[in-house]
Amino acid sequence: MTQDLEQLSCRELVELVTDYLEGALSDEERARFEAHIGLCGGCRVYLEQMRQTIEQLGHLPEDALSPDAERELLEAFRGWRSA
Amino acid sequence: MAQVEAADAQLLDALRAGDERAFAALVREYHSSLVRVARIYVSTLASAEEVAQETWVGVLNGLDRFEGRSSLRTWIFRILTNIAKTRAQRDGRTLPFSALQDPGRVPEAAVDADRFLDPEHPRWPGHWAIKPEAWPEDALLAAETRERIAEAIEALPASQRAVITLRDVEGWDGAEVCNALGLTETNQRVLLHRARSKVRGALESYLQEDET
Repeated sequence: MTQDLEQLSCRELVELVTDYLEGALSDEERARFEAHIGLCGGCRVYLEQMRQTIEQLGHLPEDALSPDAERELLEAFRGWRSA
Repeated sequence: MAQVEAADAQLLDALRAGDERAFAALVREYHSSLVRVARIYVSTLASAEEVAQETWVGVLNGLDRFEGRSSLRTWIFRILTNIAKTRAQRDGRTLPFSALQDPGRVPEAAVDADRFLDPEHPRWPGHWAIKPEAWPEDALLAAETRERIAEAIEALPASQRAVITLRDVEGWDGAEVCNALGLTETNQRVLLHRARSKVRGALESYLQEDET
């Protein structure tokens, strides 16, 4: 068990998280990554936090279109239609 | 995929027939994304707004010629990036990406080195000295947390901000991002990794300080 942990340190693992999530690791690297995650609570939390971060990034509030801008665009559309 | 194309075809028919509601819906769906993506290329929010407005004019002008070889969405964003790049050049703002074709040259750690034990530590080399703690779900989902995320993105170097905005905020796939920014797949991933790592770090600082 400790041997698996020795193969990849936590400090190394955090640098591989994006490659792991992107599916860019080789089979061997992925196996080492997952073996470490299976044994290390700290890295499991870290990986989960990266996933949560990505999830939240996808839910940032959008700036609403101002009524003025929308009116202008619809006018442009009417102009285009009648051209 | 075929379903998406069918939806595009239906929308195109409506737009070409002059259906104002279809256009209004399209604008509402994409406008804030257009502004956000334009903001990658131009220096102010006001310029980004103008680029988005110009994009809609470009969409209307090209609508009759659009052949549907790409999706409507891809086509709209291609018009946007062309307008935004031209504008950035005109404003004398060099694109921040060309200089960053080799982001790996200056190493950046995803997590501060002092969070780990020494690499020469006799028993646990390179292991967590201070482990990350699971985040409280309610704080993570709070509106204020999203503001912190937005601030963390703003604080990133331009190339990292561009990649994380397109990939994670706008949900583009890796190939689309490489294409839009002229990056190799590897460099795109390096920039994404650094950006995500920093946003995670900012969230951690914020959520932990919140807890105490």
